Amino acid sequence: MSKKGKVKITHPERCKGCEICVMYCPTDILVVKKGQITITDIDNCVGCYNCELSCPDFVLEVVENNER
Amino acid sequence: MGYKIDEYLRQDKLPHIWCPGCGHGTIMGNLIRGIDKAKIDPDKTVVVSGIGCSGRASGYMNFDTLHTTHGRAIAFATGIKLANPELNVIVITGDGDGTAIGGNHLIHGARRNIDLTVVLMNNHIYGMTSGQFSPMTPTGDNATTAPYGNIDQNFDLADLTKASGASFIARGTAYNTRQLIEIFAEGLLHTGFSFIEAISQCPVNYGRRNGLSSAVDMLKCQRDSSVNIRKWDSLSKEEKKGKFPTGVLYKEDKREYTEMYQEIIDSVQEEAK
Repeated sequence: MSKKGKVKITHPERCKGCEICVMYCPTDILVVKKGQITITDIDNCVGCYNCELSCPDFVLEVVENNER
Repeated sequence: MGYKIDEYLRQDKLPHIWCPGCGHGTIMGNLIRGIDKAKIDPDKTVVVSGIGCSGRASGYMNFDTLHTTHGRAIAFATGIKLANPELNVIVITGDGDGTAIGGNHLIHGARRNIDLTVVLMNNHIYGMTSGQFSPMTPTGDNATTAPYGNIDQNFDLADLTKASGASFIARGTAYNTRQLIEIFAEGLLHTGFSFIEAISQCPVNYGRRNGLSSAVDMLKCQRDSSVNIRKWDSLSKEEKKGKFPTGVLYKEDKREYTEMYQEIIDSVQEEAK
């Protein structure tokens, strides 16, 4: 697993608020607010890719330099 | 990791029309990652789909694509492969499209062992038309056309395609994304008829009629009912109840259809000289 990578919401307009990524996140940093995915604490992201691989709408991406 | 999935998606077609929580997007995304992992040439790859929710995938994938008539994706794909055997031909179909309307094409594609990779997104229902039962709706479950419970039995698609002659058979779930990528990559590199059943979730038109109204609940159900093939054989009959094996279920080296066809062409042309 990459130690550098952090999750980034690259395509927020595609999010349908299904909460699948929330289920997969091992550190519970993803929360759906008003139907849209948000990151609560990027420092706790372990870059596991679970959210990117499971997102049915291609909203999230693990990137090396997440400037948010 | 670090798949650049956006390069393989038609950005102007997104967001897609699949419902919130639909597993088809996850399966399509991981098929693309499988294509990337297998390192097959995107310019030599054709994606063919039929009708239904699964059929939408060909519109979103940035390859040469063909969105065909209901159930006929394998027939169109067979034509493409015979005309241009050097192409990687991927068929995306669903449980209604692939096992009901196109059931005959599925068994005859497998019988010929033609070099296609068939991805059957099985969401256990006709989702696009609001939830009629399909040949893959579990017995006893509800659908708009089975309001008191479905009395039909399902196909075991691995057994069906094996008996029909497929030389690569695998099953994965939208839940286990890493396994899906591995299966897709292996199936794409296999020469012969590769059949991959990808279990999907339809929270809107299947789940909510059957006590599973959220995608998360349906994914947990996939997690709890799937068993890796490596562990499957060690389970007792009782332990297997309500569960299904995942992974590469069957693989054999077998003569491929377009190669045999080319041999016929070569021998006849040789005789004519």
